[in-house]
Amino acid sequence: MNSVKNTFASEQVEIVAKDDLTGYITFKLGNFIFSRDEYFAKVTWTAKGSEHSHLMSADAFLRAVMRDVAWGFFYGWVNFDHVIGTQNHYGSVDMYAGTFNGVLSAAGVDYVENFETPKIMATFKAILHDWVNEGFDPFAAPEETGSAFGRKNGENIEAIDRYRIATKRMPGMEGDSPLREDLPVNRQFLDVPQDEPLVHCEPGFEGQLSAFNLFKYMSRSDVTWNPSVTSVCKASLFCPTTEEYILPIFHGNDRVEWFMQISDEITWDIADKNDGSPFARIIMKAGDICAMPADIRHQGYSTKRSMLLVWENATPDLPEKYASGELPPYPVSF
Amino acid sequence: MNTYTTKFGSLDNFEKGSIQLIQGKASHYVFSNVFEVASQAAPYDKTVVGINQKYVIESIRAEGTSAWFTCSHDEFVVSMDSEVRVEFLKLEQAIDTSIEGSQLAGEQPDGKPMGYVVLKQGHQAILPVGTAYRFSSQKPATLIMHTIKGPLSIEKWSDICLK
Repeated sequence: MNSVKNTFASEQVEIVAKDDLTGYITFKLGNFIFSRDEYFAKVTWTAKGSEHSHLMSADAFLRAVMRDVAWGFFYGWVNFDHVIGTQNHYGSVDMYAGTFNGVLSAAGVDYVENFETPKIMATFKAILHDWVNEGFDPFAAPEETGSAFGRKNGENIEAIDRYRIATKRMPGMEGDSPLREDLPVNRQFLDVPQDEPLVHCEPGFEGQLSAFNLFKYMSRSDVTWNPSVTSVCKASLFCPTTEEYILPIFHGNDRVEWFMQISDEITWDIADKNDGSPFARIIMKAGDICAMPADIRHQGYSTKRSMLLVWENATPDLPEKYASGELPPYPVSF
Repeated sequence: MNTYTTKFGSLDNFEKGSIQLIQGKASHYVFSNVFEVASQAAPYDKTVVGINQKYVIESIRAEGTSAWFTCSHDEFVVSMDSEVRVEFLKLEQAIDTSIEGSQLAGEQPDGKPMGYVVLKQGHQAILPVGTAYRFSSQKPATLIMHTIKGPLSIEKWSDICLK
């Protein structure tokens, strides 16, 4: 069984075995073991000298890993659920189990281990390549895709090889990220107007003015819960995304971020970043804008596919300033 | 057949959401609605509705013709409801780069007309560094600005936010 060939691109991925019955590979990452069966992903670690483990539904687990990979571990904490997740240190990444769960961490049965980013990235990608079956798209909403369950059945490399779009100033400008003319309008945005703005340049200024239909661009997003940059003002990034079903992770940011609801409605569950105890539920409708303070974690629910502007400040030294208390977790006191 | 209706907001048709608080303060979430803010603002006042260190999102009520603005860096504008026209001038004089955020460019700035864009609901334009721009709108509209806090930015959080 140990002779399973590692066909994935990295020699850093550690394979434990391939299960003869389910067909899935079991992976090792430091002292964590990742395995899956017909229904569940299982993460195993050792604490206080004995084995502890955690199960997640395979579909929820794969949706979470998909975001973590596509976002390059994102900002701060990416909680897959109330027990496991990653913390980005921008060069290295912590994988933890129970560390940010009040009860597990107080009991001392949590475990955290730091990995160089390329190693954990390669392992997560290998998990996606092996555990995502044909017909299941972990980037899609449940109504749009097939099942994650059952024994190993093919693969869906195309679906999992999508990443955040990098934009220098604004999509559609010369030399910048493309518009989405070649993507179809999502079934839940068929009523969104597809007209483009009128741009009239005087002779000699061709190409210097630029405008595009942002709502049309969003209506053609082929993924859910995936912030992509559409305007860059120094370190300030507008990262709109289209949302449907549940944000597959509980995001605890290492800085303040803001949400503006562009269409429809999202409900956010807000909890303490460190121990997960609930703080608030926020219901956002079109035009609502609010801050996500730096000391919370949040998870969104969107029945209809909706348009959300995620606004980030990418300044590199912000995490230390929030962590040290130099900056308060709330952006405004009034 | 499409059975989904996408709900956008507008100056005369928006519904504000809410905070169901369990512990802590509602004010920590700095929750407002950009249409409500624009509905209560004077034309072309730049009300800050989001702030992250020096960076801001401003809600602007566009109505009639604005002053000429300029900026030492790129800014971006999105029309959230109605039609707004933006005219551009390529400025002859240099912009004061010690100032971030939008600045007034004077009554009739020296520059060559570059052209214009017409933004309807959901349309976004770049307001490129080195240009002066002004807005005009026949009926009231809501604009969102992506910029840096500047001399024209207005902060009035306790008037606009849930508490």
